Amino acid sequence: MKKMSISKTVMYTLTAVYSALCLLPMLLVLMISITDEDAILKNGYSLFPEKFSLYAYKLIFTGGSQVIQSYGISIFVTVVGTTLAILITSMAGYTLANKNVKNRNLLALYFFITMIFTAGIVPWYLMNRSLGLTNNILALIIPSLLFSPFNLFLVRNFMNGIPDSLRESATIDGASDIVIAFRIYLPLCKPVLATIALFYGLDYWNNWWNAIMLIDTKDLYPLQFMLLQMQSEISMLNDMAMLAGTSDVTLPSESVKMATAIVTIGPIVLLYPYLQKYFVKGLVIGSVKG
Amino acid sequence: MRKKRRPGLGILSDIRRNGTSYLLVLPAMAYTFIFGYMTYPYMVIAFQRFNYTKGIFHSEWVGFKNFEFFFRSNKALTVTFNTIYLNLLFIIFGTLMALAISLVLNELRKKLFVKISQSLMLFPNFISWIVISYVLYALFSMDMGIVNKTLNQLGMPSVNWYTEAQSWPAILTVMHVWKGAGMSAIIYLATITGIDETLYEAAEIDGANRLQMCFRITLPLMMPTVIILTMLSVGKIMYGDFGMIYALIGDNGTLYSTTDIIDTYVFRSLRQIGDPSEAMAVGLFQSVIGFILVFGTNAITRRFFKDGALY
Repeated sequence: MKKMSISKTVMYTLTAVYSALCLLPMLLVLMISITDEDAILKNGYSLFPEKFSLYAYKLIFTGGSQVIQSYGISIFVTVVGTTLAILITSMAGYTLANKNVKNRNLLALYFFITMIFTAGIVPWYLMNRSLGLTNNILALIIPSLLFSPFNLFLVRNFMNGIPDSLRESATIDGASDIVIAFRIYLPLCKPVLATIALFYGLDYWNNWWNAIMLIDTKDLYPLQFMLLQMQSEISMLNDMAMLAGTSDVTLPSESVKMATAIVTIGPIVLLYPYLQKYFVKGLVIGSVKG
Repeated sequence: MRKKRRPGLGILSDIRRNGTSYLLVLPAMAYTFIFGYMTYPYMVIAFQRFNYTKGIFHSEWVGFKNFEFFFRSNKALTVTFNTIYLNLLFIIFGTLMALAISLVLNELRKKLFVKISQSLMLFPNFISWIVISYVLYALFSMDMGIVNKTLNQLGMPSVNWYTEAQSWPAILTVMHVWKGAGMSAIIYLATITGIDETLYEAAEIDGANRLQMCFRITLPLMMPTVIILTMLSVGKIMYGDFGMIYALIGDNGTLYSTTDIIDTYVFRSLRQIGDPSEAMAVGLFQSVIGFILVFGTNAITRRFFKDGALY
């Protein structure tokens, strides 16, 4: 093997160190979550726990806990929201890429204007209030997440790359626009649909803006928002301890907090190879101007 | 060539001919109409004393009172300065870090190593700021945090980070770079991959080393992309990252002097103080300046790079 030059070695080392730094903080949180509470209180947070304990996780997943409730909300909102969002976006993308539609650029402008000029959070809030989108599950699905013009343009740009002759021959064979859209175009658009599914899904999963603005009842807190509340509210931890029947023992609040944070990113870690692949793909598609 | 028809006249016949296509775009149009266009009228409440029961038609008009209230308070200067200052820090250090990463990754030839390190660098990008606030707490907590423990081991006293306002611009910048640099680096790396390979071959024949190639070929050819992306961020400099600031700082008033931004101020006026008109006035101030900046930077970018402009 050829010997590496000093500069190469330095570059490999720096890259390795920086990469490790990107993961280490999350690892720290993970380690704290599986450390025995007494050990935390005695030694502070540490990457190398003195005594392991899975008690925090047991507490979190005790029946009826807020974490399970919020997990359910987050999963429901993410699945339903992402499905609807993909449907709305891809259908609109088909029309914007349909060369038979003479006014397709006018339509694009219609969407583009709202992308450039937004009224801000106050009108957004008042609008949702007047539509009754407060304190119900729809408030977590519909406002601001269900449709993004940016994703629309991603789909359109991708569909523009599909040759027109395909549509023409399908039309000659007697296929309607609905059939062409759902049977021909959408299956061909799988890569870009996977990308926007990822964008929407991640937005829904990590969203707490809708909750902080529109939700007041604990039953509807999505996971992220519950996590935000947990930082300041010890009462939520007390509820959890009560359910587990440990209210008279010292509350393992430190490890429970960190365990909840870990549980929140669980799906992201599981889906990471897929996330990464399509995320990078999306960046490349997005950088092609349409 | 056929005579061009006047735009607009053809819409009806277009709809008649492509009815199904228009039907497919309808849900997106309706959504955009409700959550985009129909929100614009609400902006007038900046000039009202808005009352939820009276609505925008019957609330009392107060002229520029809401603006006066904001600009007379010492808050206006603080939050505007913080928004711009923090964004500038994020842009400068974020860009430098991303550039450095992409240039170094481009030099590395071990494919598996590059792939793994890219995966790791991209990871923080997928984590929400709320989870990161827990990370931050594990690092900077007064009694148990790693930072204070390290300080103690070095014989230095603990610092109560959550009351030290002057350290937070630096902490926030580090966290922002940590979360976003990996992704920006991948965009830059894509630009590098697009550079014509023959340039490097020619340079090699002329006896250039890797460092010279980096500074004389790669960097200059990346500049358009770098400048375009930077100008895009500069255009948005009036808009702070609410998700980040609120998740990491929350309602910790002792840190407001260096971390409170326009977006968090508007949020508090609306949801905690409960004064939508005052919130709207500040939001409108932000939008107007922000709008000018977006258009200004876009015009400048378009002047220098024909295809670099956003529109």
